[in-house]
Amino acid sequence: MQLTRTQPAHVHSRRSLTDVQIQVLFIAPTIILLVLWNIFPLFYSLYLSFTEFSVIKPDVPPAWVGLQNYNKLLSDPRIWQYFTLTGRYVVTTVALQAIVGFGLALFLRERFKGSGLITTLILIPIMMSPVVIGLFWKLIYNPAFGIFNYLIGYSVPNSGPDWLGEASRALWAIIIVDVWMWSPFVMLLCLSGLKAIPDYLYEAAAIDRASPWFQFWRITLPQVAPLLLIAILFRTIEAFKTFDLVMGLTGGGPGDATELIAVHLYRAAFTRFTTGESSALAYIILVIVIAVSNLYVRSLNRIRGENH
Amino acid sequence: MAISTTSAPITYATRVDKVGARYQFTRALRIAVVVLYAVISLIPVFWMVTAAFKSRPDVVAIPPKVFFEPTIEGFISLLTKRVLLPPGMMEEYKQRPDLNFAERIMAERGQRITGPSQYGQRLINSVIVASASTVLSVLLGVLAAYAFSRFHVPGKGDLLFFILSTRMLPPVVVTIPIFLMYQQLRLYDTHLGLILLYTVFNLSFAVWLLKGFIDEIPREYEEAALVDGYSRLQAFRKVVLPQAITGIAATFVFCLIFAWNEYAFALMLTSERARTAPPSIPTVLGTGGIEWSAIAAGTLGFLFPVIIVTFALRDYLLRGVTFGALRK
Repeated sequence: MQLTRTQPAHVHSRRSLTDVQIQVLFIAPTIILLVLWNIFPLFYSLYLSFTEFSVIKPDVPPAWVGLQNYNKLLSDPRIWQYFTLTGRYVVTTVALQAIVGFGLALFLRERFKGSGLITTLILIPIMMSPVVIGLFWKLIYNPAFGIFNYLIGYSVPNSGPDWLGEASRALWAIIIVDVWMWSPFVMLLCLSGLKAIPDYLYEAAAIDRASPWFQFWRITLPQVAPLLLIAILFRTIEAFKTFDLVMGLTGGGPGDATELIAVHLYRAAFTRFTTGESSALAYIILVIVIAVSNLYVRSLNRIRGENH
Repeated sequence: MAISTTSAPITYATRVDKVGARYQFTRALRIAVVVLYAVISLIPVFWMVTAAFKSRPDVVAIPPKVFFEPTIEGFISLLTKRVLLPPGMMEEYKQRPDLNFAERIMAERGQRITGPSQYGQRLINSVIVASASTVLSVLLGVLAAYAFSRFHVPGKGDLLFFILSTRMLPPVVVTIPIFLMYQQLRLYDTHLGLILLYTVFNLSFAVWLLKGFIDEIPREYEEAALVDGYSRLQAFRKVVLPQAITGIAATFVFCLIFAWNEYAFALMLTSERARTAPPSIPTVLGTGGIEWSAIAAGTLGFLFPVIIVTFALRDYLLRGVTFGALRK
C-alpha cells in the first residue's frame, strides 16, 4: 500500500527536479559556453602552429611545414632563457604577493574602527586598468621627474637609479608594481577565509594553553589554506601570462632583461607577425602551464581532502 | 556580569585572552602596520588622482607638488576634441566674446574646441559590457559551482580542470582565431560579442572561486532543509545562496574589475560602435607629448564606478562567511 506523504505548506505542488537534472541544468551552460569559445580557437591555433602563416598576409594561405616551427623554437637557447626569466618572475612575484596579502589579511582580521574603509582603500590598486597603471608607473619611475626616487631619498633629479633603464633593476621594478597591484587580491580571499574560522577553535586552544605559534600552524593556516591556494593558483597563471604591464613599463627591455615569455609571444605575433611560429610558442607555453597547474591542482585536492 | 578592571564592557562572547595589556598592544601594532601599508600603497593612486587636476608643468615638477593650483584642464582635454590654432589666428580667437568657460581655458593653450570626444559613449559601452558579463559569469558560475560542490558529477576532476585550463592560454594567441570567428558570426564590434567573451574569460575564475566558498558551507544545513521537506532547488535558493553571499560578492567584484579593465580583447575586437574605455584612455595622447592630466582624468572617471560598487558591497566582502558551529 502506498502511503500518502504529507507535505509542509511551503513545498510547491510543482514536481521538483531530480538531482541529475539539476546537475545537467547547472553545469551544461558553463561547459557549452566554454567549449564553443575555446575549442575552435584552440584547434585553429594548433593547426596554424604547423604552418607558415602571417595574419597580415591573408591572401597567402597557411603553408604546412610540420614540426618545423617547434623545432626552431625548442632549439633556440633564448627561448629557454625567457622561460627561466619568466619562472623567476612568477615565483618571486607570487611568493611576495602571498606573504604580503596573507599578512595583511591576518592584521585586518579583527574589525576595528575604520577597518572597512582601510580594506576598501587597500583594494584600489586592483581596480585600475593595467594599461594605465603601466603608463603611470613609468611616470613614477622616471629618473628625472618621477616621485619614486624622490620618496626613497634621491631628491635631486637624475641622481637616483634609472629603474626601468637598467637591466639589473628593470625586472624588480615590474615585480614591485605587480606586488603592489595584486597583493590586495590575495588579501581579500584570505580575509574571507580567516573570518570564517569559528571562534570556538581558538577558545579550545586557549583553554589548552596552546601557544600563538601552535594556533597559527594548527588552526589558522589549515583553515585558510583552501582559499589561499586558489588565490595563488590564479595569480600564478596570470603572472605567467603577464604582458600588458611589461609592455607599458619596459616593452621587454632594456635589451631583453624583462622579456617574459608572454611578451616575447606578443612581439612574435603582433610585431613580427609570424603567426605560425607564435602559435607554436603559444602551445609550448600552454603545455607547460597545464603541466604545472595539474601538479598544483593535485596537491590542492590533497590538502583539501585532508581538511574535510 | 563579569567583574573587570578594564573599561571595556565584557560580554559573554569576549574571550579571556583578548582583554590583556599585551593583546591591546599587539592590536594597536597591527592597526598601525595596516594603516601604514594603506598609506604607502595609496601614494601612486593619490599621485594619479591629483595629476587629473594639475596643469601640465605641475605634473612633472620636482620636488613633487602636493599643493598646487587645481585646474580642470585635464577633464576638458579628455571630454573634447580640439585643433591647434596657428599663432596669428589665436589672438583674434581669444578676443571673441562668445567663448565659454572651457573654450577660454583651452584657448590659453592655443587650442580651439571642435566638439565632444567619444569618452562618454565609451564609458557607457564599458558599463553595458562589464555589468552584463559580470552578472552572466557569476550566475553561471554559482550554478556550476554548486553542482560541482554537492554532487558526484561524472568526470568531475577533468571537467573542473578543463574549466580552469580555459584561462591558461595567453589571450594574445586566442585573439587571432577569435577575431576570425567573430567576423564570421558578425560579433565583431558588438556589445554581445564582448559580453560573451568576457563571460567566458571570467567563468573559470567564478566557478573555481565559488566552489571554494560553497565547499565551506556545511552540507548539514541543506540536509536539514531537505528533511524539512524543501526540494533541492529550494534548499539551494534559501539555504546555500544566502550562506554563499560573501563569496558571490567577492566573485562579483573581481569579475567586474577584470571585465571593466580588459584591454587587449577590447582593442582587437571592437572599433567604433562597441569600443570600451580602456583602449581609448592611452589614445588621449595630445599634440604636445603625453597629456598626463587628461589620462589621469580619464582614469579617475573610469575608476569611480568600480570604487562605488566595491564600497557598496564592502559589508559582504568583509563580513566573512558565517558557518556557525556546524563547521567541522
